[in-house]
Amino acid sequence: MWAYLRRNPSLLVGLILLGIVLAFAGIGRLVWDTSMAAPLSSMPNQGPSWEHPLGTDRQGRDILAVMIVGTPLTLYIGVLAGLLGVIVGTILALLSGYFGGIIDSIVRGIVDVGLTIPPLLVLILVAVSVRANLSISQMALVVASLAWLWPARTIRSQVLTLRERAWVQVARLSGASHSQILFFEVLPNLLPYLMATFVGAVASAILASIGLEVIGLGPMEANTLGMTIYWVSYYAALLHGMWWWFLPPIVIIIAIFVSLFAISAGLDEFANPRRRRAV
Amino acid sequence: MRLQYVMRRFLLLFLVVWVAATLNFFLPRLGGRDPIRQKLMQQAGAGGYVHTGIDEMVQEYNRKFGLDKPLWQQYLTYLGDVFRLDLGYSIAHYPRRVSDVLAESLPWTIGLLATTTILAFVVGTILGALLGWPRSPRFVQYLFPPLLTLSAVPYFLLGLLLLYLFAFRLKLLPLFGGYTPGTFPSFSLSFALDVLRHSILPAASILLASLGFWALGMRAMTVTVEGEDFMTFAEAIGLRDRTLFYHYVIRNALLPQTTALGLALGQILSGALLVEVVFSYPGIGTTLYHSIRTFDYFMIQGIVFTVVLGVTFATFILDLLYPLIDPRITYQAR
Repeated sequence: MWAYLRRNPSLLVGLILLGIVLAFAGIGRLVWDTSMAAPLSSMPNQGPSWEHPLGTDRQGRDILAVMIVGTPLTLYIGVLAGLLGVIVGTILALLSGYFGGIIDSIVRGIVDVGLTIPPLLVLILVAVSVRANLSISQMALVVASLAWLWPARTIRSQVLTLRERAWVQVARLSGASHSQILFFEVLPNLLPYLMATFVGAVASAILASIGLEVIGLGPMEANTLGMTIYWVSYYAALLHGMWWWFLPPIVIIIAIFVSLFAISAGLDEFANPRRRRAV
Repeated sequence: MRLQYVMRRFLLLFLVVWVAATLNFFLPRLGGRDPIRQKLMQQAGAGGYVHTGIDEMVQEYNRKFGLDKPLWQQYLTYLGDVFRLDLGYSIAHYPRRVSDVLAESLPWTIGLLATTTILAFVVGTILGALLGWPRSPRFVQYLFPPLLTLSAVPYFLLGLLLLYLFAFRLKLLPLFGGYTPGTFPSFSLSFALDVLRHSILPAASILLASLGFWALGMRAMTVTVEGEDFMTFAEAIGLRDRTLFYHYVIRNALLPQTTALGLALGQILSGALLVEVVFSYPGIGTTLYHSIRTFDYFMIQGIVFTVVLGVTFATFILDLLYPLIDPRITYQAR
């Protein structure tokens, strides 16, 4: 494991970076009073001090506490939406790639049409149509409503190549049922791709959720990273030079994206060793 | 074969537009909100009127906007309207039509997006090719880590950082808007320069953040093409480096890049809309942001539909151009 990681620097860097972000949220929760993430719990508009290392915002939240609470919430939305997306996408990909025919045409048609439409706009429509105030989990569901499109397309093309492999033919000739072939011959060989696709899906789900939050369609009561950015723009923190308010969420979000990007590139190399020179 | 390809693309175009219109129609109605009542209540609240007679007014407006008819009839009317590009009235700016508001903001978005996308594509592709080419100058390699990082950063976060740094701290460029408040859009040199100054930061955020995407894709393709047999042959017969690079590597590596352009259009647009919000740039994104705040039902629908229409047409045109670059594409059923 360690020896492999040393040969795959992008996976290593990504894991370390993600580890730092997780450690920040985990250790922070133990040593810092997170009740200060609530509005009006501290003096508003304070710059960094010993009492509030990252200062406070316009509504009297301690920014450090908000970051400690918000980072896991944002990750949760991404992981839940990404997981749902990959599960639904994989099921559709298996059905359409393995069986072909009419199911394949339908799934392919839906995916082609769905991927052409800019995702943020559909999500905005969905979020506007659902009730005014979303909870964190509803937010994840909204994002998941489109998160399956891309996994369905990429995994389907993998299923297409796997279906014709010799060992699958052998299984078919020896009388294995379709579900046996799917679960014991095709799925295990898909696992590395599924991991890479999952990480990619998490990243795009987080991006989509932050986009929705910034435009004002997020969970108003929750202190996610995206909502912090929303309040930053709502109260024009930039024009008041309150850097301690907007820099921390930006830094954490960028760290999350860079780490996920590096991990997915690393997993890609793991799943597809032939690309080793290319990535 | 050619005709069949064009027909397929056309069918996809038609499907996407129809799906977008249908989603547009049904999604907001699933929410069970009553935008007219909300708007009237809001106005009544702001004006301090008594709330009597609101119900009659709601009914009157519902009749006026055709919201009292059965759903299927509304749907057919809607499809008919959309077909004629009639997007109805804005609720928040009532007497104005959605299409009028859009006509004002569309040029800003198209101008910003077209310039940055083409620029990012060209520059990113060249950088990527140089990154993947073993005989390119040494310093190019140093660009790789920053490009990799930039490609992972969301456009609007980069926008926030640039805004803080160059507009707030260094006071080099304007803080918000598409032109200085108080001036009126006109075709004069000073106004053009003003617009240019205001668009530098939004354009830079989109450009920098999307540069990495193109560069990474092109780099991977260049490395792949490098390993092909025809490259070994071309090197063996002693072709010059320049010939190899321009005529062998770039030409072949460019093909997947153009496909990616079609696929990424929607993503780039989503990112650009948020950049507009960050900079209060007077384009579609900012208009959308304000109509979400005021829950301007028809405006949101109109914007979503127009943008989908735009992206789909752009993709359609790219799809039609693609066989000219790579004739193989028409023969494959994909």
